[in-house]
Amino acid sequence: MSQKPFLLAAEGLNKSFDGFKAINDLNFYLDEGELRTVIGPNGAGKTTFLDLITGRTQPDVGTLLWDDAKHDLLKLNEYEIYRLGIGRKFQTPTVYNDHTVTENLILSLAGSRGIWHSLFGKVTSLQRDRIAEILTTIKLSKHSNRKAGELAHGQKQWLEIGMLLAQEARLLLVDEPAAGMTDEETYRTGELLLSLAGKHTIVVIEHDMTFVRQISQGRKVTVLHQGHVLCEGPVDKVQADERVIEVYLGRKSKAA
Amino acid sequence: MIKQPLTGRLHTPLLLTLAVILVVVVPLLNAFGYISNFTLGNWGKYLCYGILAISIDLLWGYTGLLCLGQALFFTLGGYMMGMHLMRMIGGDGVPTFLSMVGRREWPSFFIPFSSFPFALLMIVFVPGLLAYVFGYLAFRSRIKGVYFSILTQALTYGAALLFFRNELLMGGNNGFTDFRMLLGYSLREDSTKRGLYIVTALLLVLVVAGCKWLTQSRFGLIQRAIRDSENRVLFSGYATANFKLFIFVISAVIASFAGALFVPQVGIINPSEMDTSKSLEAVVWVALGGRGTIIGPVIGAISVNALKSWASVGATADFWPLMLGGAFVLVVLFMPKGIIGLPAQIQGWIAKSRRAKSPEEPSPLSTPPEAIDP
Repeated sequence: MSQKPFLLAAEGLNKSFDGFKAINDLNFYLDEGELRTVIGPNGAGKTTFLDLITGRTQPDVGTLLWDDAKHDLLKLNEYEIYRLGIGRKFQTPTVYNDHTVTENLILSLAGSRGIWHSLFGKVTSLQRDRIAEILTTIKLSKHSNRKAGELAHGQKQWLEIGMLLAQEARLLLVDEPAAGMTDEETYRTGELLLSLAGKHTIVVIEHDMTFVRQISQGRKVTVLHQGHVLCEGPVDKVQADERVIEVYLGRKSKAA
Repeated sequence: MIKQPLTGRLHTPLLLTLAVILVVVVPLLNAFGYISNFTLGNWGKYLCYGILAISIDLLWGYTGLLCLGQALFFTLGGYMMGMHLMRMIGGDGVPTFLSMVGRREWPSFFIPFSSFPFALLMIVFVPGLLAYVFGYLAFRSRIKGVYFSILTQALTYGAALLFFRNELLMGGNNGFTDFRMLLGYSLREDSTKRGLYIVTALLLVLVVAGCKWLTQSRFGLIQRAIRDSENRVLFSGYATANFKLFIFVISAVIASFAGALFVPQVGIINPSEMDTSKSLEAVVWVALGGRGTIIGPVIGAISVNALKSWASVGATADFWPLMLGGAFVLVVLFMPKGIIGLPAQIQGWIAKSRRAKSPEEPSPLSTPPEAIDP
């Protein structure tokens, strides 16, 4: 272990599915306030890694420690991990389709998650203001009373980011936020994430290299390959790395 | 903020009127001889079934848990009430169901049932505890979907086998019958029957109001979120198992009360009420009336049972199961929102045909209310 306290420290993580090594001896350290981008070809284990952090999947071996090793994430279940302040946006937008946009945000608001509170707790005016503020940020104010299922794909992605904001998570795990978005929407998503950096610690998983360059200027990028960290460093250095070019960027003409 | 403005505004006066008719007008008409005692008795039964249907819909329509064991909780409530009523028969010795198996004295667990408050407590406690233990195990093991349905059905089947045994000292095959008194009133009196009907109608109104409140609270939001995407709810920090357990216990207790009121009105309780077909039939009422609404299941329960009373005598008797099955298939295929969704569906058809005729000028009906930006 290093001397410096980490917000999240993953060491020696391994996870295989039916013999396929999705995560292979993965070590990953995250400082508080960082905006880290994780890239890697399909099947590199990016989403599985998020599954491990959020308690959706248990690793075969390894450790996952939170907040200067105060908590062992592997001993906690999904909602307990969430309550530590780890929020997740899924790869495919996962919102409550039958609920209105506002209701989606109400369900995500930070605060008690108990049954009693759900029965008798009222949405305070402070929370109402917060929701209005988030709606403005994610540009859905006009759609607040529409059912989330009726929103366009990109709007759903934004709503899900809004749900993370409502949660006031310490760590935002954002899985392919730009998937299915237009260039302009992608750029705005990048702006949004940049505006949140510092206030929250953010891990972004992304494929789109234009987007990665936009959000990772002067920041660390991690490249995953076959469930292992291939290299880490500033985006320019990573893009120039021979191994990265070989396994990933070289195969993507768009990224070069 | 958490409500559907359109439906909410329209429904409340309508529901209040219906409540007054059921609780006040119908018993008055009976007292003055305009409604026969037989009809009133039938309606008392229908309303009990209506309450049972709501309890199913709370789980199925609102939380996505298709429970095929609600008839068990209904029957348990009935048995608890039955035990009290058996103790109230009075006279020397013990009733036949005990003397038949060679018992000359009441088993000790029957003794406290002489007290009505104790019986009332057991009506809440016994099904509530069973639901809690079963639900705790099932939800903690993350048993979902059809597996949950099968398990609840198996539980009910097991319980029915148990209650069929004479050794359980609960009357076996014949159950309890020949009740006489409840709270000092003779069950044979018309006024007592009317009183029971009024209590049933009041309970229905109370359950409807309570469930409306529950489903419109934040709890209701979480309930429906669990139905639509349970994983997302887990990743929003909610212990979904606790929420499911809570609603499962509430539903069991509601069903139990319905059963407890059912028994003195029909005068008998036996294990055939736990039959698998009973739970399934109740699910059909919910589907027919409209799941995911509070009033739909009540309408479904009343209309199916009224139809059954009419159809299961005479020439049509043999065809009743066919009629019920046919109605179920038709509703599933053509009326996904059930009877209660029919007005909106017809409105939709009219709007559609109008649009087809005059594509130039869209009718105001053709725009669904959700599509309008506020």
